Amino acid sequence: MRTSVQEMIAQSKGKKNKKFMEKMIPVILFLIASVSVLTTIGIVVTLVIETITFFTRVSVADFLFGTTWLPFSNKQELFGIWPLIIGTLKVTLIAVIVAVPIGIASAIYLSEYASETVRRIVKPVLEVLAGVPTIVYGFFALTFVTPLLQSVFPEIKIFNAISPGIVVGIMIIPMIASLSEDAMSSVPKQIREGALAMGSTKFEVAWKITVPAALSGIIASIVLAVSRAIGETMIVSLAGGSTPKFNGDFTDSIQTMTAYIVQVSKGDAGYGTTIYYSIYAVGFTLFIFTMLMNILAGYVSKRFREEY
Amino acid sequence: MRYIEHERVVKRMNGRLVTNVIFKGIFLAATSLAILALVLLAYRIITQGAGHLSLDFLSNFSSRFPDRAGIKAALIGSLWLMAVVAPTAIILGVGSAIYLEEYAKKNKITSFIRINIANLAGVPSIVFGLLGLTIFVRAFALGNSILAAGFTMSLLILPVIIVASQEAIRSVPGELREASLGMGATKWQTIVKIILPAAIPGILTGSILALSRAIGETAPLIVIGVPVIIQFLPAGIMDTFTALPIQIFDWASRPQQEFQTVAAAGIIVLMIFLLLMNSIAVIIRNKFQKRY
Repeated sequence: MRTSVQEMIAQSKGKKNKKFMEKMIPVILFLIASVSVLTTIGIVVTLVIETITFFTRVSVADFLFGTTWLPFSNKQELFGIWPLIIGTLKVTLIAVIVAVPIGIASAIYLSEYASETVRRIVKPVLEVLAGVPTIVYGFFALTFVTPLLQSVFPEIKIFNAISPGIVVGIMIIPMIASLSEDAMSSVPKQIREGALAMGSTKFEVAWKITVPAALSGIIASIVLAVSRAIGETMIVSLAGGSTPKFNGDFTDSIQTMTAYIVQVSKGDAGYGTTIYYSIYAVGFTLFIFTMLMNILAGYVSKRFREEY
Repeated sequence: MRYIEHERVVKRMNGRLVTNVIFKGIFLAATSLAILALVLLAYRIITQGAGHLSLDFLSNFSSRFPDRAGIKAALIGSLWLMAVVAPTAIILGVGSAIYLEEYAKKNKITSFIRINIANLAGVPSIVFGLLGLTIFVRAFALGNSILAAGFTMSLLILPVIIVASQEAIRSVPGELREASLGMGATKWQTIVKIILPAAIPGILTGSILALSRAIGETAPLIVIGVPVIIQFLPAGIMDTFTALPIQIFDWASRPQQEFQTVAAAGIIVLMIFLLLMNSIAVIIRNKFQKRY
């Protein structure tokens, strides 16, 4: 027996179940998509609430303007955030000094000079470099870079800001290189060829045409990389040390915001102690730093984009 | 009368050409430096750790004595963690991507979700650890279980999976979609039977890369309070556990020199694990990638 098309349509329309499903699915998927929004809300609410609890015990002024961080002291605990911020900035500064020139130079080489074959080999290598877990970099900093530095400059201590800074720099090179390369590759070929036809050398094209045209993308990539460096945890925990200091010495042990959170989590600061709440206050400060950087990166790449 | 002073032109031209060659050299050196760093890293770790690698290392629990320390609990723990993270993160990630690409209207809520995902990707992993500690470990009372750690890690890699899945879904040509709808299929039927099968290689590749990031992440696990010394294997997802990067961190931060070797051996195991996952991703990408 054959069913006519009309009957089949009628049958299909009769299936209430199916219709209901079609209507429910967007709702379910919307709920799933809102998990990411809930995560952000969760992060902000968690940090704010626990930080407020922290500020009922330690005054905001002491936290924001204090220059001594001594949470484990028996006599007088001091929670002045600046030593941790200084530690973070020391590592970030060194990382930027290492990564920005190398990252941008690699990007220029890949987008302007390299042949297709070279690019096909180098880009995956950079991806591997970006995929290496940070714990591995930390181990490398502690067992290779620090002893190497010490053999050249004996005054460098076993924990210092330079070794983790260099290795964080190595970690963010792929980020700067590949994002900057993307920005340079999107500069139209005609402009480049126009300059070459006028007799420019490749270096002149790169330096006077491509880099200025891609500048917004390059700067955005640097800002994003700085944000990564500020939030980096394992390298500084292993090789940076755990003595927060308010000075400009790079050769001595430091502590970053992230390393402090790790130090407290590793030990057994009981739930409800001031030290327990302090990791949220530090985490909140860290969150604000990275958030500002990310917003800045978005703003730079939008505001200063050259449109062709 | 000569319009062009030949000598001056040659002189200036030479200078420019030399600058070009010098800078090409500098740029090439910088690129090689990045590659050199990777080679050095690999060489150091292999020479340090290879001596300690053995079947005993894989089948022993960790120990106070370096020569007896093994990685069994951490290896199994990482596999358990993956068993939670993979389904959770992929369901949430792919679901979000389908919503954003196929159902979401162009309104403020949708653009808010998009901006939010981009920003979430920039939040440091240790902050996710604080979220996990408050929400999963304390509020949901999951303790430092595999489930609590797995949920935290899932949220951490969610933005990566969403973005990769969105790209995969977007690259499915519109004609396929329209043909399916034109034949009378409903929207959901089109998604399940036409779009997802075409987008699966891209989704899987992105997901595996995101999962390999989750395997190497250490900071959130430390904040959650995942212990280091475990002398038993977890029996279920509510059990406490330890993971590869945590174990390596513990060995690396011990003062005894011998433990550095053990840490390097642990890193080799971790890197082999990651290499396997990445190769699977590459194989999937090459084998199933269709060009429309």
